[in-house]
Amino acid sequence: MATELPRTDVVVVGLGAAGGVAVLPLVNAGLEVVGLEAGTWLAPADFAPDELRNNYRGWPQAVQKANREIPTHRPTASAPPSPRLAIHPMMNAVGGTTLHYWAQSWRLNPWDFKVVSETRRRYGASRIPRGSTVEDWPFGLEELEPFYDKVEVELGVSGQAGNIRGAIDRRGNIFEGARARAYPMPPLRGTGFTNMMAGAARSLGWHAFPGPAAINSGRYQNRSACVYHGYCARGGCHVSAKGSTAVTTIPKAQRTKRLNVVTEAHVIKVDVDRNGRATGVRYVKDRTEYIQPASVVLLASYVYENVRLLLLSTAPGFPRGLSNNHGQVGRHYFSHNQVSTVNALFPRDLNAWYGLPAQGVAVDNWADDNFDHAGLDFIGGGNLWVYSDRRPIAAASMSTFGRAPRWGAQWKAFVTENADRANTAYLQKTTLPYEDNYLDLDPSVKDPLGYPVCRITAEYKDNERKVADFVQDKMIDWYRAAGAIATEKTPLGTMGPTTHAYGGTRMGDNADTNVVNRWGMSHEVPNLGILGASVMGTSGSRNPTLTAQALAWRTADYLTRNWQTITA
Amino acid sequence: MADLSRRDLLKRASAAGALAAVPGATASSAEAAGQAAEPAPDPLETLSPGEAETLEAIVSRLIPSQPDAPGAREARAAHYIDRALGGALAQFREIYLFGLTNLNTVANARKGARFSQLSGTDQDELLAALERNDVPGFGPPSAATFFNLVLAHTLQGTFGDPFYGGNRNFAGWDLLRYPGVRLAVTPDEQRLDQRPRQLHMSAYDYAMFKARPPARASMRPPHKDGHGD
Repeated sequence: MATELPRTDVVVVGLGAAGGVAVLPLVNAGLEVVGLEAGTWLAPADFAPDELRNNYRGWPQAVQKANREIPTHRPTASAPPSPRLAIHPMMNAVGGTTLHYWAQSWRLNPWDFKVVSETRRRYGASRIPRGSTVEDWPFGLEELEPFYDKVEVELGVSGQAGNIRGAIDRRGNIFEGARARAYPMPPLRGTGFTNMMAGAARSLGWHAFPGPAAINSGRYQNRSACVYHGYCARGGCHVSAKGSTAVTTIPKAQRTKRLNVVTEAHVIKVDVDRNGRATGVRYVKDRTEYIQPASVVLLASYVYENVRLLLLSTAPGFPRGLSNNHGQVGRHYFSHNQVSTVNALFPRDLNAWYGLPAQGVAVDNWADDNFDHAGLDFIGGGNLWVYSDRRPIAAASMSTFGRAPRWGAQWKAFVTENADRANTAYLQKTTLPYEDNYLDLDPSVKDPLGYPVCRITAEYKDNERKVADFVQDKMIDWYRAAGAIATEKTPLGTMGPTTHAYGGTRMGDNADTNVVNRWGMSHEVPNLGILGASVMGTSGSRNPTLTAQALAWRTADYLTRNWQTITA
Repeated sequence: MADLSRRDLLKRASAAGALAAVPGATASSAEAAGQAAEPAPDPLETLSPGEAETLEAIVSRLIPSQPDAPGAREARAAHYIDRALGGALAQFREIYLFGLTNLNTVANARKGARFSQLSGTDQDELLAALERNDVPGFGPPSAATFFNLVLAHTLQGTFGDPFYGGNRNFAGWDLLRYPGVRLAVTPDEQRLDQRPRQLHMSAYDYAMFKARPPARASMRPPHKDGHGD
């Protein structure tokens, strides 16, 4: 028998990047909020600079609910399943994956909101790839700008503006859309290596600039500046310089006394009444089932889990899953195709052992529609990113560029000479949704509670392959201009579980093709909101988190301004 | 398993006798390279003595020792694996058990002796065949699966934090000229022409992490270091 708890105004499922941001505007408006988080609180002492633990053993401190429900993957509906990952790419904890993410905090470019109309206008309708279900967003960048701004200030984003109210600043990204004001902090510092790469980009006539990061370049809101120690990627920040929601918006919301954080809560279902309104959620904690009644339910878990929870929440009015009477839950899934990249070997030490993935230099000349695609056979592009960050096990596992075997005396001589002479770029590329790339429930694989895990059916299509090839060629040009003596492309990955997953509960005005409306509220369940990259309909060529967070703030803001109507 | 251990021990004893009679026939890289005495063995936690001997022989070929450059043997990579197989890597215990046994079976059939008693050339030849998955009858696990697993764990044991029992005396980090775990890095330490001073510190030598070392039993299985976030 489930224990029914006192009613709250809003229950937020998941206190990670999106839920952790949304709670702040909610409590600031006077609403009582319960935040259900599957993980626990972690402290700076949990964030040891230990490559083996962080990067090879999946960082085990938190309650890793995610690791018990790793999605399965198959390329197509008729293909056999791919080998299942041993570790979920995301994690559970208060703050979620913002504890160990790279914290690159990009805004999308204006084109990303209007891929369909802009492609038609510039190149003709025939250039939308066959089978793609891509739509324009229901609004443009200018609608999201104020919310990007709020999140940048609350989390503390460092960066160099490139476009303030239309005035272009060549120190920043000249391709970015207009911003209301500068970043709250200057960018993270460059290194000898990233400065060398920036010079090489300029020698090619390209525009190089430092990228934005939710990491303090100086002391900010009583938190330390970054110390560049090299264990940021999949390690937490021991000085709290990373603007995780665990050290920014969540504690700030708690100080109002209106946010109740419940840890180790495993949500299993969203309940609805006979009128099709959400009544609250059910969760398991310490083997006991609880019902948390709420006037509004906000799903803020990761893409795969948002979709899974909806599909598991069947009810008489929703036989195919909650908010799924139009059959759109799980559709329009895509991931970011950042696995295909370029390795480069230099004839000199780069001294790139330290730093962090966000300490780098970007080139946006080949991203989005920043270049003419008239003579090309694809749309979109990629952001080129090079950074300083290298740890010993990964360095020893480096490619030998065909110059040595993988082990033995020759290998040893090779790595002894080259451990600090190689670099791998980070290439985020346009990806599109397609009819036959989707998420559903796996018919046979279940979590320990007996619920089916999420199943991914997806593979990259022609457009994604062509973008990857093009962007990798540009990256090779860049490395060669910087003096690389060898380069190699890495293959296209699968579309299995990834940190950059999108879609499944897409946002749009048309209820026939989208799960949530332009405010992030369900088309079918008026008091159910969905937060995170699962609502995004395009990827852009850059990290999703800041956009997911701006959207989360915007949905929360909409709720507070329309509370009476939504809860009537 | 008990039978296997006993058999291993017997074979090891007879092999050791043969070894004593023919000095120089062994593939011990450290000896061949004129290294000083072998390090005192670490007490075994998971593997049988026979398994440990075979594993030691493998890792010593994967990252061989040289007079001026210690290898996996000095880093105690096999000790790291032995410990981890009782905790974080426990799920691979069986693969090691069968893989090491199969390797000795193949070594006996092809070369007439246990793997650890073969010449370095013969050992390399067998390892290369494993890597190519070109050992008919090997497995399960497949030869390549076993090889790749041991290689990955040898890298972890040689280049991972010494807290886990490998990378003894920071041999792995010194080999790569990794400047060490620091809690903060200065702008000068990121200059192109700089080489930061080599520090010999485990993460858990630092006071703020000493109190909360990772619990070995709760470790997750390893995975390939992914593509980032």
